[in-house]
Amino acid sequence: MNRTADLMDRLGIAVMENVKETGRIFLLFISVLAWMFRPPLKLRNIFKQMEFVGVKSIVVVVLTGTFTGMVMALQGYYGFRLFSAESLVGSTVALGMTRELGPVLTSLIVTARAGSAMAAELGTMRVTEQIDALYVMAANPIKYLIVPRVIAGVVMLPVLTVVSDFVGIVGGYFVGVHVLDINEGAFMKNITSLVVLGDIYNGLIKAACFGLIMSLIGCYKGFNTRGGAEGVGRATTEAVVLASISILISDYFLTAIMF
Amino acid sequence: MIQLNALHKTFGKQKVLDGLDLGIEAGKITVIIGRSGGGKSVLLKHIIGLLRPDSGEVLIDGVDITKLGDRDLNEIRKKFGMLFQEAALFDSMTVGENVAFPLREHTRMKEKEIREIVADRLHAVGLTGVEEKMPSELSGGMRKRVGLARAIAMHPQIVLFDEPTTGLDPVMTEAINRLIIDTQKRYNLTCVVISHDIQSIFEIGDRIAMLYEGKIIEYGTPEKLRASQNPVIVQFLTGSIEGPIHIM
Repeated sequence: MNRTADLMDRLGIAVMENVKETGRIFLLFISVLAWMFRPPLKLRNIFKQMEFVGVKSIVVVVLTGTFTGMVMALQGYYGFRLFSAESLVGSTVALGMTRELGPVLTSLIVTARAGSAMAAELGTMRVTEQIDALYVMAANPIKYLIVPRVIAGVVMLPVLTVVSDFVGIVGGYFVGVHVLDINEGAFMKNITSLVVLGDIYNGLIKAACFGLIMSLIGCYKGFNTRGGAEGVGRATTEAVVLASISILISDYFLTAIMF
Repeated sequence: MIQLNALHKTFGKQKVLDGLDLGIEAGKITVIIGRSGGGKSVLLKHIIGLLRPDSGEVLIDGVDITKLGDRDLNEIRKKFGMLFQEAALFDSMTVGENVAFPLREHTRMKEKEIREIVADRLHAVGLTGVEEKMPSELSGGMRKRVGLARAIAMHPQIVLFDEPTTGLDPVMTEAINRLIIDTQKRYNLTCVVISHDIQSIFEIGDRIAMLYEGKIIEYGTPEKLRASQNPVIVQFLTGSIEGPIHIM
């Protein structure tokens, strides 16, 4: 009896802590919105972050997208061949990339790269008192540090997703047409007839939401780091894990609403 | 100028400030001494509003900052400069950008003017030609001097120093002490210094306050403290293991 009570106790505390943390992250989001529109706008910081999140993630996104498209074509081929429907491989890859894998995998890989960097950078600033120094100099750290990162996440993730969608379809085309000998005309025609603009747009809206989740959680964990170098390491790990899980969970709900 | 009345602050189960009263005189260097982990940094953070007390008042020029909202608090903060223990320079910016930060943030000065002020402040702390270096390229002593240059960039009235000489060699320690004295004279500052380096304390302090068990137990000129019969003060100043202060 005691052990069960103990277990329920710990479960209850864990749930409460998670609810509290979700609340704090939401409050941070409100602060970010409030500070985003107050002049003067720190354009230089915003562009610097957009370059970091977007431009510098291109290589890893291209690699992820290309190989994802290639694998989808390979896997899809064997299933569709049973029904002599190989020509549908192209549209499957295209729909899979634009609706799901483009936004989700791009966001996960960029979270691992940029989300962790946000947590690590802000965490280091926190433990070396640089954030306190901003307050002391009457500058607001949320405006200076967090707003640019959130804007970068929301704007650049859809951009990277477009790139990912494109290279994924190209990768799928290469494997489908040149390796698996699917008819090129049929491959392309089915893409254009089955994929609608809405598939692409909804994928990009998802990407923007995931970008918001990634940057808010990365900044929240970094900003609230305690405890020296170990704390920074912990914050970085927690940021990537929490953001990744949140992206996957919200993907379900967004998909259910949109499609 | 700065008046702390009946400050109480608890972190979890630990009572750090226990009804603390202290008056900081304008135009003087006040050194706050006390045990490691005794609450000196906490006290300093209350003065600049980085922490709010559980109860009590922090009066800056008669205004209780514990009751202010962010915008008003920021106006008061413009009277301050602060040198953090590890200088807290922004590591993504050069030395010049660090010192210029408060100027760019709060004034509409032209770049040329800003560059001149930056050069002037760096010169005042004994550094020249380092504007393009990154903080990671500097030694500890140089970082502290850049931190001080940044703290005085906007001609503050009050400068806070959090253990300015901790971790420095004796020669650098003396250099920083001289710098504090010279800067205070040059700009007629009110300085609040946290330290537990006994020699430095007596060299730079116009007034010394001892923080013990959450209260100020002694306040006065260096001579007054040297002559004190309080066993806590005696034990601390002589660095003795024997006495009422327990090693934890």
